Amino acid sequence: MKNLISMRDLSKKEILYFMEIAKKIEKGDLNPDMDKKLAALLFFEPSTRTHFSFATAMKKIGGQTITMRGTSSSSVKKGETFADTLQTIAQYAEIIIMRSPIEGAARYASEVVDVPVVNAGDGANQHPTQALLDLYSIIKTQGTLENLTIGVAGDLRFGRTVHSLVQALSEFNPRFKFISPSFLKMPTYILDDLNEKNIKFEELTEIYEKIDELDILYVTRIQKERFADLEDYEKVKGSYILERSMLKGVKENFKVMHPLPRVDEISTDVDNTEFAYYFPQAKNGVYMRQAIITILLGGVK
Amino acid sequence: MKQLKVDAIKKGTVIDHIPAGKGMQVADIINISGENIVMIGISLNSKKVGKKDIIKIENRELSQEEINSIALIAPSATITIIKDFDVIRKAKAEIPELIEGLILCPNPKCITNSEKIKTKFMVTDEKPLQVRCHYCEKKYLVDEVKIKI
Repeated sequence: MKNLISMRDLSKKEILYFMEIAKKIEKGDLNPDMDKKLAALLFFEPSTRTHFSFATAMKKIGGQTITMRGTSSSSVKKGETFADTLQTIAQYAEIIIMRSPIEGAARYASEVVDVPVVNAGDGANQHPTQALLDLYSIIKTQGTLENLTIGVAGDLRFGRTVHSLVQALSEFNPRFKFISPSFLKMPTYILDDLNEKNIKFEELTEIYEKIDELDILYVTRIQKERFADLEDYEKVKGSYILERSMLKGVKENFKVMHPLPRVDEISTDVDNTEFAYYFPQAKNGVYMRQAIITILLGGVK
Repeated sequence: MKQLKVDAIKKGTVIDHIPAGKGMQVADIINISGENIVMIGISLNSKKVGKKDIIKIENRELSQEEINSIALIAPSATITIIKDFDVIRKAKAEIPELIEGLILCPNPKCITNSEKIKTKFMVTDEKPLQVRCHYCEKKYLVDEVKIKI
């Protein structure tokens, strides 16, 4: 595998391979040595967390990073084509990790340069490293990815994280509960895909509904800006906030996940329950990104 | 009543059985401006399909690429190459698995709309014809996309 651009490109076998390598790195059974390797982190859109996670991952496997942020610090402003910018950077770094608001930017980059490219998010399209770290968190807490009941709550319409996750989980015979306000429902093209694959799902409007059936509840933020009318926001807001009191009767193996940053969709009193898993999830992100970089740089013998 | 007739052509291409209303769009994608005589019939009666559009172009043989792009918007069209008033070849419009450089991506945030890149679309469904952008991965019905001229 040379690049990581989209979950759509990955087979079930490849997904499981990423899980295996991340686990070996976490356990210390694999100690990648990326000494003298340089990762170029191109962040054409701000994302402190993803940037931090990648930089940490690269440093933990002995590599180094350089960062380019925004479009203003690059030559893009001077009229240089995107292809030229990329080809120049590819002369310096062994791997390019890229976040962009432009959809398809990472795919295009992988066609322009010879070094491996990792998509760290391209607009509303894909965020495959997040999907892989989410899967890694699920497999760690549930022991398997197969036959799980997964609740996904929040902004299901615009959230690329949940789209990638649902796509990726579809390989593993899940049952989904989609919880969102009606105008932020999962897009039809994703539901069509699920129907085609005979995957069971139901659409709910309250976060606590059927919570006792779930193995995982994946919560995402509902952005105020999505609402045309702020009054509507205030009305539905409460239906998507997870409170500690709702956790009575959940399954023993139940875990709450969140890609972070959280605003108020998970009440802080959930944090010190055994069900909260969003901070360990962030840590898993570093192991998974260490694995991704190592695999793409040919560091697994 | 006198029957009006579209003239037969001596040499060139006839695109027949275009769904009524799609004729001008077909004319657009094959770029009919130039010196050749072109006849376009709109909403003609057809025994086969009820109403149809038809285009006759003199002295020009369409390339396979042009024929394939016609298939995108008028899959039912029949294309015949004429020489000396005789049919010398019936061309078959085929929808390829990968459509390169023909479709403009409707997604304003797609990289193909900000960089000079040849677009690539994979056909994901034939009926109705659906395509997915290789770059932004969005799926569209062919009726929703713009065909490049």
